[in-house]
Amino acid sequence: MFGDYSLGDLGAIFAMQGFAGLILFSVYVLMALGLAIIFGQMGVINMAHGEFMILGAYMTYLCSGFFQSHLPALFPAYFFVAMALAFLASGALGMLVEWALIRHLYKRPLDTLLATWGLSLILQQAYRSIFGAREVGVELPAWLIGSVQVTDTIEIPINGMFVMAITTLITVGVAILMYRSRFGAQVRAVVQNRAMAGAVGIDTEKVDRLTFGLGCGIAGIAGSAFTMVGSTGPTSGQLYIVDTFLIVVFGGAASLLGTIASAFSISQTQSTLEFFLSGSTAKVITLLAVVGILMLRPQGLFTLKVRR
Amino acid sequence: MTRSTSPTPVVNDNPFMKPMEWVSLALLVAVIFVVLPLLLDAFRLNLVGKYLTYSFVALGLVICWGFGGILSLGQGVFFGLGGYLMAMYLKLEASSIENTKIQSTPGIPDFMDWNQITALPWFWKPFQSLPFTLLAVLVVPALFAFVIGTAMFRRRVGGTYFAIITQAIAAILTILIVGQQGYTGGINGITDLRTLHGWDIRTDSAHNILYFVNAGLLVGCILFAQMVKKSKLGRILLAMRDKEDRVRFSGYQVASFKTFAFCLAAVFAAIGGAMFTLQVGFMSPSFVGIVPSIEMVIYAAVGGRLSLFGAVWGTLLVNWAKTSFSESFPELWLFGLGALFIAVVLAFPNGLAGIYRTYVEPRLTRRVKALEPAPAVALTHAAE
Repeated sequence: MFGDYSLGDLGAIFAMQGFAGLILFSVYVLMALGLAIIFGQMGVINMAHGEFMILGAYMTYLCSGFFQSHLPALFPAYFFVAMALAFLASGALGMLVEWALIRHLYKRPLDTLLATWGLSLILQQAYRSIFGAREVGVELPAWLIGSVQVTDTIEIPINGMFVMAITTLITVGVAILMYRSRFGAQVRAVVQNRAMAGAVGIDTEKVDRLTFGLGCGIAGIAGSAFTMVGSTGPTSGQLYIVDTFLIVVFGGAASLLGTIASAFSISQTQSTLEFFLSGSTAKVITLLAVVGILMLRPQGLFTLKVRR
Repeated sequence: MTRSTSPTPVVNDNPFMKPMEWVSLALLVAVIFVVLPLLLDAFRLNLVGKYLTYSFVALGLVICWGFGGILSLGQGVFFGLGGYLMAMYLKLEASSIENTKIQSTPGIPDFMDWNQITALPWFWKPFQSLPFTLLAVLVVPALFAFVIGTAMFRRRVGGTYFAIITQAIAAILTILIVGQQGYTGGINGITDLRTLHGWDIRTDSAHNILYFVNAGLLVGCILFAQMVKKSKLGRILLAMRDKEDRVRFSGYQVASFKTFAFCLAAVFAAIGGAMFTLQVGFMSPSFVGIVPSIEMVIYAAVGGRLSLFGAVWGTLLVNWAKTSFSESFPELWLFGLGALFIAVVLAFPNGLAGIYRTYVEPRLTRRVKALEPAPAVALTHAAE
């Protein structure tokens, strides 16, 4: 499959596809970070995670419409407001869901899977009723459109760089929150030993709710970033949920570094293969490779050594 | 489940089915074989026949999820495998040289011709034989399940991980089928199936006969599942679900038992898939992927994940609701289905069978006792 290209062409292709892969990687990382927190830390399978992401995407869509018609002067900056709103909306919905649904099911992880699947169906239909079945796209501010010419054959889109910058910021933020703050210490304590954490005075219910809300909120930001690379429809979230779960499992649940590494390898493999093969074949090969590796090494790439 | 708190000794402590279970079986048989065929017209009966093919999957899930504790979110894979293997045979029969003489390559399925394929691929060739096809419907899904099961359970992967991986496999197979249009018919699936070994399957009378074949196979599968449940193997499955480590420390190979349950569920699903193709007359990737696979889990959950009969009732009920809702309020159906998932999990973890056991059965037993005070002892057992 490489035969028809010269060496220089191949280099450019790899660089361009690599960069396209990096945008996919950013969305994956944001999705997977939220899921890694919820699944890795709490053991809850949140099948509605994609719908939380889409909620963020719809918030961005609403925001772009609002700024366009009412505050055109501030339009270039609307994306930052949109991301904050997406985080808040998804996070708030997440905390509500945790309170109403998830907290009754912590002892039955397989049942959370079914219940959140039901939730995802309800959310999908709600989006369809509110926003219509057609996919919507957002208007990007002028400064995000266009690309930077690096060499003759390689050019890099600006919105891609912006998404990556946001992803990096959020990843660093989450890492600091989980490993350097008091809240992170409490979360990790609850994960390792719920009874003991409660005994030393940690309000475990509150920690659970905030953790779930945080995971969903990050999914909301992922949705915000997602609007730049794809259009938003009621069922767009469902397309990503399997990939995201595979990323979390492949990286080794409960390991943020693993999540990032696996999101990187999966998105790069897929994006590079996509150039040479058809999109569906690239996806099949990538997923098969991941499932195959998981069968040989079920604990994933990185594991946390915890005595259970 | 196997407690024996009967105050008086019963001659056979572990009968194949308890009296109440015989009653449930009789009721089910009466409804599927007599009541529904008498009440419904040909179109509706064919629809119920389609639902019955789904209940094979639900039955398999009761064994693998309810008894074995292994939740597979990829049962659509096996349903689809069974269905596609059957469809391949039917399609080859429908694409005889006379039927396809307008094609540029006569004698191959129409979708292959549309995709510029000029010869029958090697893996299609054996499906010209009916015995091979029937064997493949049973063996291929079992082998596939065996490979997945062995790889996963040997490494002690279970629970949520297993659910995620099976889901990924369902996704992979769907993408593969949709992507390889020339070999699989793509997103439309394999359509325009006509005859089974010369017998036209498109007529009303054929649909009727297939309905009864379907129902008969289903009862056969229920009885087989009941046999498994009653055997020592069934007890080990239950024990494994509740305390896996203890079973392992007692010297049992936990992985083999799990693999067996998974394979059995796969075979049931494949039988359902093959019957689906015959009853409905086509097979498409929309029955393979994640969404249908999870929907099939809800059939078992609504019926009661521990009840073999419940699985059939649950399937019929959910599908009946789906058809009537989406006919009159298409908007509401997804809300209803979503709410059903949540309600079943939160309020009725044991589904219809659980409701029956907690509310109906105690009263029924009291009634029966009041009627005939002395010999009703056997009925105090819980009907599983």
